[in-house]
Amino acid sequence: MEEAILEAIRLAVTKIPDDVVKSLQEAYKRENTPTAKFNLENILKAIEIGEKERIPVCQDTGTVTFFVEAGVRNPYLGMIKELINSALEKATREIPLRPNTINVLTNKNLGNLPIVHWELVNGDRIRIAILPKGGGSENCSALAMLTPAEGFEGVKRLVIEKVKECGGKPCPPIILGIGIGGSSDLALKLAKKALLRPLGERHKDGRIARFEEELLEEVNSLGIGPMGMGGKTTALDVKVEVVPRHPASFPVGVVFQCWAHRKAFLEISGSGEVRIWQ
Amino acid sequence: MAVRLTTPLSEKEILKLRAGEIVYLSGVIYTARDLAHMKIIKEGAPFDPRGAVIYHSGPVVRKKENFEIVSAGPTTSARMNKYLDKILDMGVKGIIGKGGMQPESFRKYRAVYFAFTGGAGSLAAKSIRRVVEVYWLEELGIPEAVWVLDVKDFPLIVGIDAFGNSLYSNHR
Repeated sequence: MEEAILEAIRLAVTKIPDDVVKSLQEAYKRENTPTAKFNLENILKAIEIGEKERIPVCQDTGTVTFFVEAGVRNPYLGMIKELINSALEKATREIPLRPNTINVLTNKNLGNLPIVHWELVNGDRIRIAILPKGGGSENCSALAMLTPAEGFEGVKRLVIEKVKECGGKPCPPIILGIGIGGSSDLALKLAKKALLRPLGERHKDGRIARFEEELLEEVNSLGIGPMGMGGKTTALDVKVEVVPRHPASFPVGVVFQCWAHRKAFLEISGSGEVRIWQ
Repeated sequence: MAVRLTTPLSEKEILKLRAGEIVYLSGVIYTARDLAHMKIIKEGAPFDPRGAVIYHSGPVVRKKENFEIVSAGPTTSARMNKYLDKILDMGVKGIIGKGGMQPESFRKYRAVYFAFTGGAGSLAAKSIRRVVEVYWLEELGIPEAVWVLDVKDFPLIVGIDAFGNSLYSNHR
């Protein structure tokens, strides 16, 4: 099982998922300046090399983040935390990953420590989503506690302002995750989790789906383009998730993801069978 | 039209470059990011900075008999804006990174900002022939150490030229 988690980490960092590749290929066709083409061509080449040679596409193999949906009746539940730690340690040596965890006080490099989000669910299935999150895009994250009066218009203003401010820093074309409602911490967590949805897929609530489309169009009209050097494609997609809010609050979390949108999923059934996919 | 250049760079070569031009860079370059910059400012560079090219990158490294660079794309340069004037004042003529930096400094010190595509680390590694040396590895760790890299035809685009023209400001 440790081996399976390691393989899922390897898949995430070496192979950019098909939905992302397809979207980048479309962007390449759409762009018509030499600079935008230069960047997208490099991106597509880097993806090919990563997959063929099984090496990390981006040297920033990120803060390796795990979202665990833990079925309470799964007999392996008690081992999962240790397995994630040891698999990540092994992955750092074997793939290899960049040691990306730094002690805040001493600046000493600690290797790679995971960030794990737990959610207990009924049943005997454990599902783990792996999201290696690069620093450049993560640094653009934002939280705003809007007033209910500002509402969705306020969300739009905030997102556009943040995308403009960040320009080329988060490695565009980006994917935006937006969480609305809950509380300060939940809004950001929702935003990050929203990134796990497949590109091109719209929210099942038509009102949110339309909001996603509007945001995507506005972001792409900014002209920031691939790597912030101008172009039509600033974002590949925008994902919005909502949960109920407090009467006085309208929390909004915004999380940026770079084009190298690395993700992998792993499922452990009650009988210990493992399935890995992207 | 693509230009071929070899490090160290002279002011004469730098002044010919214009924002938007493609450059294939060969020779020795030095990686440095946040902690290395702090240390260079405090203690001086562990290499001759005159005409040097600094690469904002923290590579993935494999150690066999020698060090091997597995993946080495650029990191966000804007974090190093704070140190830029001091670094260029030492004689550094080129910076490679992503996302752009403050253009005025490049005009003032007659230096050039080269962009490589962020995230394309596996492709960048193809231009790296070998690791010549590494400084401050023990103290700073792999991503933050100064890696001395011998590169061949590293494909770059002039993001900011020595006249302060920037590809990053045109569309804002």
